[in-house]
Amino acid sequence: MTRAIYEFTESFRIAFSQIRANAMRSVLTALGVIIGIVAVTLMGTAINGIDIGFNRSLALLGDDVLYVQRWPWRRVPDWWNYVNRPAIQVEHAERLNRIFEATPNSLLEVAVPVGARGSSVKAGDVKLGGIMLFGTNADYSRIVTAEVADGRLFTDFEANAGRPVCVLGSAVAENLFPGRPSLGQSVDIRGQQFSVVGVLAKQGEFLGLFSFDNQIILPLNAMRKLWGNRMDLQLRVKVTDKTRLMEAEEELTGAMRRVRGQLPAERDNFSINQQQAFKEQLDPVKTGIAVAGLFITGLSLFVGAIGIMNITFVSVKERTKEIGTRKALGARRRTILLQFLIEAVSICLIGGAVGLAITYVTCLGISGALPELPVEFSSSLMLVSMVVSILTGIISGFAPALGASRLDPVDALRYE
Amino acid sequence: MIAPLPPAAAARSYRTPGNLVIRIEGVTKLYRMGAETVHALRGVNVEIRRNEYLAIMGPSGSGKSTLMNMLGCLDTPTAGRYDFNGKNVAHMVDDELAEIRNREIGFVFQTFNLLPRSDALHNVELPLVYAGVGPAERRERAFEALRNVGLGDRVHHRPNELSGGQRQRVAIARALVNRPSILLADEPTGNLDSRTGEEIMALFEQLYDQGNTIIVVTHEEDIARHARRIVRLRDGLIERDERS
Repeated sequence: MTRAIYEFTESFRIAFSQIRANAMRSVLTALGVIIGIVAVTLMGTAINGIDIGFNRSLALLGDDVLYVQRWPWRRVPDWWNYVNRPAIQVEHAERLNRIFEATPNSLLEVAVPVGARGSSVKAGDVKLGGIMLFGTNADYSRIVTAEVADGRLFTDFEANAGRPVCVLGSAVAENLFPGRPSLGQSVDIRGQQFSVVGVLAKQGEFLGLFSFDNQIILPLNAMRKLWGNRMDLQLRVKVTDKTRLMEAEEELTGAMRRVRGQLPAERDNFSINQQQAFKEQLDPVKTGIAVAGLFITGLSLFVGAIGIMNITFVSVKERTKEIGTRKALGARRRTILLQFLIEAVSICLIGGAVGLAITYVTCLGISGALPELPVEFSSSLMLVSMVVSILTGIISGFAPALGASRLDPVDALRYE
Repeated sequence: MIAPLPPAAAARSYRTPGNLVIRIEGVTKLYRMGAETVHALRGVNVEIRRNEYLAIMGPSGSGKSTLMNMLGCLDTPTAGRYDFNGKNVAHMVDDELAEIRNREIGFVFQTFNLLPRSDALHNVELPLVYAGVGPAERRERAFEALRNVGLGDRVHHRPNELSGGQRQRVAIARALVNRPSILLADEPTGNLDSRTGEEIMALFEQLYDQGNTIIVVTHEEDIARHARRIVRLRDGLIERDERS
């Protein structure tokens, strides 16, 4: 046992003095491994980053909220089955809430009607376009994902009466009233003055498509005074236990069918959406990146492995006499095998470490240049790349090392 | 430390040979070279006792190298018996032979065969690494062995920083560090000038006096004359086995 340890350390010592002596050759040989490790770690980092960014975005939707809408959040080839669905009504929410209350152990807490439409708004000389208006009622406070940074949400009374009050997203507040407190100011929405009662905390963008800070929340009744029913109405339903989202969805489907008075044979004439739908859309993108990354990784590691196999063969050839000497001094097959395997693995490990360093620096550069991009360098990636390096070394070094270990000592000693 | 003796003045000491170390009986070795079969050894019988000083001589093609490889357990005979310290090594496999070489045989080569990137100390330590000796003891014994060949002040020199004679001394220290039963030297002075060669032979003389068993393979009469017994080979057979 101790002998094996001494042989092991001796092998490492030889390997490193050998690599030092042939530094240029070793680096060039390790190039394939370096590229492979860079590819695999960058790919992992990218997928990781996408996941993190995506989850961050999904959190904005609320992970315990179901959306009842006419259309599902996915592409539908049979659009004709959807286009004639009846519109979602505000009173659906009230009737759903009565059902939830009457249901024992209901997984559903509250349904909130939300009307959405884009518009431009004004305050003094400042005009902002592309603002998302959300008209809702006071129950919105129970499903809102953002903190109210300043002020408050509107009250039940204000909501029911359709009072001209509003809550601004942080970007809207900043752009309309730069450097001033926005509370108590008034905002012009389609000619009507709305007074600001609250400002939301900063939330960020949703998948880089739409900023949650560019929204204004106002009473749905006030919004309907301006646009009537020309808005997209949806119901947001809060779930009591987010780990049982699927069951909650079933319960909601039943409740909604009851509200709609649908017959058992009828298909649902509404869609229930949840953040899961986005995840499913993202999966092929991630798979694509993974396949491309693995392909590049595999290819460069393959080339790298051949390079290392070649260099190990050369190394064995060059040192045939040394192998003979070592055998004469009592090195066993296993010792010689180990020596050359460790040499190959060491080159791979050095390549892997260099590759990791390159990826790390690249990640630092990216997150320095684009801070909003979630780049995360994970320790599991380090582990994976080290394991991959070691395996590459073992696989590519094995054949030459085995050849070296089986050399006949007499022939090896005679070799010039 | 050794005192560099002028060879002529070296008093020849004779010692009573001890127990049997090597016993070779009817050993033959065949090589297949393409279609031809070469009979390198055709039935050799030798006995070597502890603390003998023996030279093996013979012209090229006499089977001298083959016999040396056999004695050094680098190769096994085609037929015949080879007992080393009472153990039959003729049918041993690679790793068993490696074990014997490590513990029982100290090799000295014509070309020294030192590891170029390691210092003298590490070169001498190498057999101990393979023997599984711990680092501290290894260093100590390697030091001791180097002191014994007069290189106590050169332990951290690399081979390219040493003269030929010094390199051969490192090799001799390496051969002796694991206290082998025999010291097997293959043309130990072949790459040295005659003065340095005589120094090495004086060192062998001293090692013999210390009780080592030495086998020198050479084609030079001058070198062989240092030994107390000369085995002459010709055409794969022992032609003469004479003690002086």
